[in-house]
Amino acid sequence: MIEAIPTQLIIILVGLAATMAFVGLNAILLVYLERKVAGFIHRRPGPYEVGPHGILQPFADGLKLVGKQIFTPKGADSVLFWLAPMISMAPAIVCFLVIPFGPNVLIFNTNVGLVLILAFTGINVLALCIAGWTSQNKYALVGAARGVSQSVAYEIPLLLAVLPIIFMTGTFNLYDITLGQGAWPWQWFIVYQPVAFVIFFICALAETNRAPFDLPEAESELTAGFHTEYSGMGFALFFLSEYAYMVIAACVTAVLFLGGFQGPVVSGWWWFLAKVYILLLIMIWIRWTFPRVRFDQLLNICWKWLIPLAIINLLITLLVIAL
Amino acid sequence: MIVKSIRENLGGMWSLLVGLRVTSINFFRPHVTVHYPRQCVPTLEGYRGHIELVPLEKDPLKSKCIACSNCVKICPTSCISLKATKPKKAAVAEGADSPAAKVPSEGKKEAPVKKAKPELQSFVLDYNYCSLCGLCVQSCPTGALEFSDDVYLAGFTRQEFVFDLLARLQRQAQKKEQ
Repeated sequence: MIEAIPTQLIIILVGLAATMAFVGLNAILLVYLERKVAGFIHRRPGPYEVGPHGILQPFADGLKLVGKQIFTPKGADSVLFWLAPMISMAPAIVCFLVIPFGPNVLIFNTNVGLVLILAFTGINVLALCIAGWTSQNKYALVGAARGVSQSVAYEIPLLLAVLPIIFMTGTFNLYDITLGQGAWPWQWFIVYQPVAFVIFFICALAETNRAPFDLPEAESELTAGFHTEYSGMGFALFFLSEYAYMVIAACVTAVLFLGGFQGPVVSGWWWFLAKVYILLLIMIWIRWTFPRVRFDQLLNICWKWLIPLAIINLLITLLVIAL
Repeated sequence: MIVKSIRENLGGMWSLLVGLRVTSINFFRPHVTVHYPRQCVPTLEGYRGHIELVPLEKDPLKSKCIACSNCVKICPTSCISLKATKPKKAAVAEGADSPAAKVPSEGKKEAPVKKAKPELQSFVLDYNYCSLCGLCVQSCPTGALEFSDDVYLAGFTRQEFVFDLLARLQRQAQKKEQ
């Protein structure tokens, strides 16, 4: 028994290290992708000067951030102020532990995987709130207030959109949910639950503070929102965690609605990564297409449309299952 | 009421898809910008840079300027200064004295033809103070001023932006000849 525990521990530790590498790699890739896509949509080349076709640009950005002075604003609670980016980053890494990347690429198989992800991503709001509160800055405070009310509002339809899947599969285990779907696209849950998919995706965008729901940052109104006062690695951590949550949102969407690692011909992690990256590209595409919603619009979309729709969808699903 | 609201929102959602289509089409279209230090845009037509002198059609080394100083007077920041030779006294006297010049019906108009025009010697623009208002261009009676398309301007000192436009005109003409 005592022999058995360290193996699990070692797996988790190695998994955590691998996850951190994966998060970092993803952030680098996504920064590059984001800026290139933005450029192409604006019909300009995007980053081009650092390295061939600008592929070293994210490294240059990272170096710049590492080299910057770490600065605490006057009157800020320095402990909480510097705790906030860490609180934002740490849960993101934990969430990757339960995501089944492939049939054999799963670090921690647990029956409450989905609950774990939903719970830990909720902690990000706390980080956002602390960051805004301790910054001693009006923009940061307004950004934090927006972030909290936005996250509280969108958590509800998010959960309501997840529930039909849970009722259909009868499990919170992400691995089992993946296996509950077939290899071919018409066997995925997106076919059975298209409304839930749309609601979930919209809520995921809102929960990750992505445009068009990036009100907590809202660079044109609030300079940088809740992370206005952060410099150097503090900002970099928020930035990293934002991209990490994006990847998590895409991963969960892929598992719940797109068959996870299952795909035509040969199932495996390659299908999972392909789906995740397609979803991420769609997120980036959406960011560079739509203008930011106003705050009342944001809450109207949630309370007046997404929640009733999600409830109706859930009821219909329950009815079909019961029959 | 509810139906109308739903229809409006469905229309809104359709517009989102239209927006996505627009950006995706633009994603695959060729770029409209150039890699500046290595490439330059092919044409700067429509760009309004600092003013420049327009050369005479017959003699590209000389400008259309008649040194009337209208531009100097109207310039709100006084950034134009010009020098010109004074018209020869003899010619002026001849033209002024001759009664023939004042009576066009006589036909023998010798004086105005012989009257020497003031010749422009230098036309200096202090671009540091120029606000590109274009009043000089508008007020020029002979159309001797126009906006250049000189966009690649950079310098380390103030003095680099004091341009002798006549010298510039001559340099450009010589360059064209070569």
